[in-house]
Amino acid sequence: MTKLSINNKFYEIDVQDDMPLLWAIRDIVGLTGTKFGCGVAQCGACSILIDGRLTKSCSMPVAYGVGKEILTIEGTTQNLEYLREAWFDGNVPQCGYCQSGQLIAATSLLDKIENPTDKDIDDAMSSNICRCGTYSRIRKAIHKAVALKNQN
Amino acid sequence: MSKIQQINRRDFVKFFGLASTGIILGCNVSSNKKEFLPQVDGMFTPNLFVQIQRDGNITLIASRSEMGQGIKTSLASAIADELEADWQYITVKQATGNAKYGNQNTDGSRSVRTILEPMRKMGAASKMMLITAAAKKWNVAESVCKAENHYIINSNSGDKIFFGDLVDEAAEVAIPADENIKLKKVEDFKYIGKDLKSVDLKDFTDGTATYGIDFRIPNLKFAAIARCPVTYGTVKSFDSTDAEKVAGVEKVIKLNKMDPPIGQFFGALGGVAVIANNTWSAFQGKLELDIEWNYGENHSFNSDEYKKRLTQRVHQKAKLVPGKKGDVFTAFEEADKIVEATYHVPFLTHAPMEVPNATAWFQENKIEVWAPLQDPQTARAELAHFFEISLENITINVTMLGGGFGRKSKSDFVVEAVALSKEMGTPVQVVWTREDDIKHGFYHSTSAQYLKGSLDKNGNVSGWLQRLAMPSIASIFKPLSDYATGSELNQGFTNNPYNLTNFRLENAKAEAHVRIGWMRSVINIHSGFGNNSFVDELANAANVDPVQFHLGLIGKDRVIQGKSEHPYNSKRMKDVLIKTSQMANWGRTLPENHGLGVAIQYSFYSYVATIVEVAVIDDKVKVKNTWTTIDCGLVLNKDNVKNQLEGSVFFGMSLAMYGKISTTEGAVEQNNFFDYQMTRMKDAPNIHIHIMDKMNEKPTGVGEAGVPVIAPAICNAIFNATGKRVRSLPLVDAGMV
Repeated sequence: MTKLSINNKFYEIDVQDDMPLLWAIRDIVGLTGTKFGCGVAQCGACSILIDGRLTKSCSMPVAYGVGKEILTIEGTTQNLEYLREAWFDGNVPQCGYCQSGQLIAATSLLDKIENPTDKDIDDAMSSNICRCGTYSRIRKAIHKAVALKNQN
Repeated sequence: MSKIQQINRRDFVKFFGLASTGIILGCNVSSNKKEFLPQVDGMFTPNLFVQIQRDGNITLIASRSEMGQGIKTSLASAIADELEADWQYITVKQATGNAKYGNQNTDGSRSVRTILEPMRKMGAASKMMLITAAAKKWNVAESVCKAENHYIINSNSGDKIFFGDLVDEAAEVAIPADENIKLKKVEDFKYIGKDLKSVDLKDFTDGTATYGIDFRIPNLKFAAIARCPVTYGTVKSFDSTDAEKVAGVEKVIKLNKMDPPIGQFFGALGGVAVIANNTWSAFQGKLELDIEWNYGENHSFNSDEYKKRLTQRVHQKAKLVPGKKGDVFTAFEEADKIVEATYHVPFLTHAPMEVPNATAWFQENKIEVWAPLQDPQTARAELAHFFEISLENITINVTMLGGGFGRKSKSDFVVEAVALSKEMGTPVQVVWTREDDIKHGFYHSTSAQYLKGSLDKNGNVSGWLQRLAMPSIASIFKPLSDYATGSELNQGFTNNPYNLTNFRLENAKAEAHVRIGWMRSVINIHSGFGNNSFVDELANAANVDPVQFHLGLIGKDRVIQGKSEHPYNSKRMKDVLIKTSQMANWGRTLPENHGLGVAIQYSFYSYVATIVEVAVIDDKVKVKNTWTTIDCGLVLNKDNVKNQLEGSVFFGMSLAMYGKISTTEGAVEQNNFFDYQMTRMKDAPNIHIHIMDKMNEKPTGVGEAGVPVIAPAICNAIFNATGKRVRSLPLVDAGMV
C-alpha cells in the first residue's frame, strides 16, 4: 500500500509505483479538481504543491509523493484563500478547467515572492495554458491578492 | 417563439422530474430551421422554463451547454431582472440532451441572440402573476403593488410579501396574454447590461466543478483508443500481448470504424481500445499495442504539397459564386494600379483544455451518457442510429465543458464510449490523450486565397476579385463535397462589409483528406485574414492611411436587409472602427520598431474593429497592445462580453503566432502543446476592450466575433513596423516568433 498525505489527510492506496501522481490523485484517491491537460508537463493543469514545491503531477510518479505533504485545489492555504477571493473579485474563469492549476501555480508564486512584478508573473505563470485566454485577469487577480493580503 | 404558458403540474413532474410546486412557466423557442421540434402528444413541452417555489427559490433550466461563454449566468440575469428577483435565489440547472428543449446546439454564438426575449418575457409574466396575487390578498389595485428584490410591496401601506409566500395564489392566476406582458425599459435594468459574476465561480476555484472527465460512477472502467494515424484508415491486425501485461488493464477490444449515413452524424474512427481500471493504465496499455493498419486512400496526403495544389488552383479561373457585382475585368483594364496577393491559413485544431471524453453505460435496451457536449441532441440521435435504441431510452447528461470551441459539437467520442460499454457490460469512460486530440481532430479548414484589386486614379478600389480554395465542412457529411458551400462563403466572403462596385468571387476545388470541422469563428478566420490583409495592401498602394482607407471602403451609410432579422448597417461598422482608432490613438508617433495594424469584421451579426500594436525586434514580434471595439447590440452581462473579447485576443494570437496542423503520409505531425503551441502569460499584451452602448438594438453574437480580426491586425502591424508582409500563417513559420 502507498500512503499519501493530501491536504492534511492520509490516504492509503493500492497502485503501481510508476503511476503519475495526477492519476493516483484523480482515479484512485478520487480528488478530481487536479486536471489532466497534456500528460507531458506542458500545460500546468495538473499543478500541485509537494512540500510547498510547485509540481506537474502528470509527470511525477506516485512514489515521489510518499512521505511528503501534498496540496491540491481542494485544500487550503492562506495565500490560496487570498487568491480565491481575488479570482472572485476579478471574475477570472471562463470554462474554469485550467483554473485549478492556475491557482496552485499562483499560490506557489506568492509563497516565494510577496509582491510579484509583472515580470515575476510572466515567469511563474507561463507554464500554465488557458485556452479560453484569461491571462490578463489572472495577472490582475494576482496583484489583487497581494493587495488583499496587505490589507489584513 | 411560442406563447408563454403555464405548465400542467403532472406533466412537469413527468417531464422534468422536479417537484411541481409554485409557478411554472415555459415556452418554446425556435432558433433555426433545423430545429428538433418538441413532440409529445397533447402535452405542452417547453424548451425554456422557470419555476418559482414556495421557499422563494427560482430554478431555470439552461438548454444550452456551458463551456466558458457564461450562458448560465447570462440567462439567469435576464429572468432575474424582469422578475425583480434577488439573484441569490436563482439556480440554473443544465438540461439533459433532449428534443423537448428544442435546439440545444451551442454554437454559432446564437444562444443569447435567440432566447433572450422569451427569458425576459417569462420573468415579466411571473412578476405580473405575483402582483395580481398580492393585490388580491391585500384587496388593493394592482397598480398599487410593485415587485422589488424578491418581495411584492404595497406602495400605500408599505406592507410587503415574500415571493415564495405568494406562489400558490399566483399559480392560480391566469397567465397574462403575450401582448400584455410588459418588459422593462433599458434604463430600469438592474442586472441586464451590468457586470455580473459567473454563477460557477465557487466551483471553479475549489475544484468542485465537475467536467466530463471528472464524472465517476461505481464499477467505471477507463478506455484509451489507438486510432489509425491516417484519417479513415482501419485496423489490419494487432497484437495485444504486451498491452494486456500492463497492471490495471482488463481487456483489449477492436473497435470497428462506424461510418455515419450520408448527410448526418459524425460516426467514429474505430481502432483498438484498451480498457483498464484507471486512466493511466489504459494510456500505458495503448502505448504497448502493436497494430498494423490499412491506411487507405488518405495515406499519400501531404499538407505542404496540398498547399501548393490549392495555390495553383486559386491562380487559375475557378467556379463563379453567385452575387457578382459589375465587371471586375473592365475595372482591371481601366485601373490606375493593380494589386495582387495570395494568402494562406493552415489547418488548425480546437485543443480545448479538457480533452474529448465521454462516460457511457449501455444496459440492455437503454443508454445513459455523461459527457461535455455542445450538441447533446445530435449525440442522442446518433446513438439511436448506431445502436438501434429508441430515443426515449437514451439519456444524455451534459456535464461542464472544459472548453469546446466547436470540438464538442461532434459526438464521435460518445459513440466510442457507448460501443465499449456495450462490449464490457459496465460503464466506460473514454479519455482521449492530448496526442489523440491533436492527431485525430475535426480540423479547422486550411485555405489558399488569391486576391486581385484595382485602384482608380483617385485611389478608390474599382475592382475586387477573390478566389478561395478550402476543403469544406460539408465533406464530413457528404462525399465529394469539394467546394466551400454557400453558407461557408457567407461568412465574410459573399457578405464582406465593403461597398464594392465591381466584385467577383470564385470558388476553387479542394478535396478533404482529414476530417474538417467548425472551430470558433469558423470561416471568418479565412475571410478576416484575406480581406483585412488585402485592404491594408491596397491602402498602402493607394498611399492612404489604412483606417481612412477602410472607412472609405465601407462606404456611405446604408442598411442591407438580407433575409436575416439583423440587417447589416455600414454606419455601425464605421462607428466601431472610429472608436477603436480613437482608443488606440491611431496616427500617433510610435516608438522605434513599433507598428500599428487594423482589421474589421462583421460576423455573427456583430461589428468588430481591432487595432494591434506590435514591437518587432530582431525580426521577432511581440504584441504589446490590442484595442477592440464591439457593437453586439444589447449586452446581457457586460463583464462576460469583455472576458470573451479578451479571450478572443488570445485565441486569435495563438492561431496567428503558432497554429498549424500539418501532415506527411497522411498523418498529423504535431503531438502535444510543445509542437501545437498556445499563447501563454508571457505573450499577453495589454488588452483594451470597448463595448458600444447599443442597448436598444437586438443582441448579436459575442463568443466568436472577436477572433477573426486578430491575425490580420497583427500582420498589418508587422508591415507597419517593418515593411514586411506576412501572407502565410503562422508567424512562427515566418521565423517571427
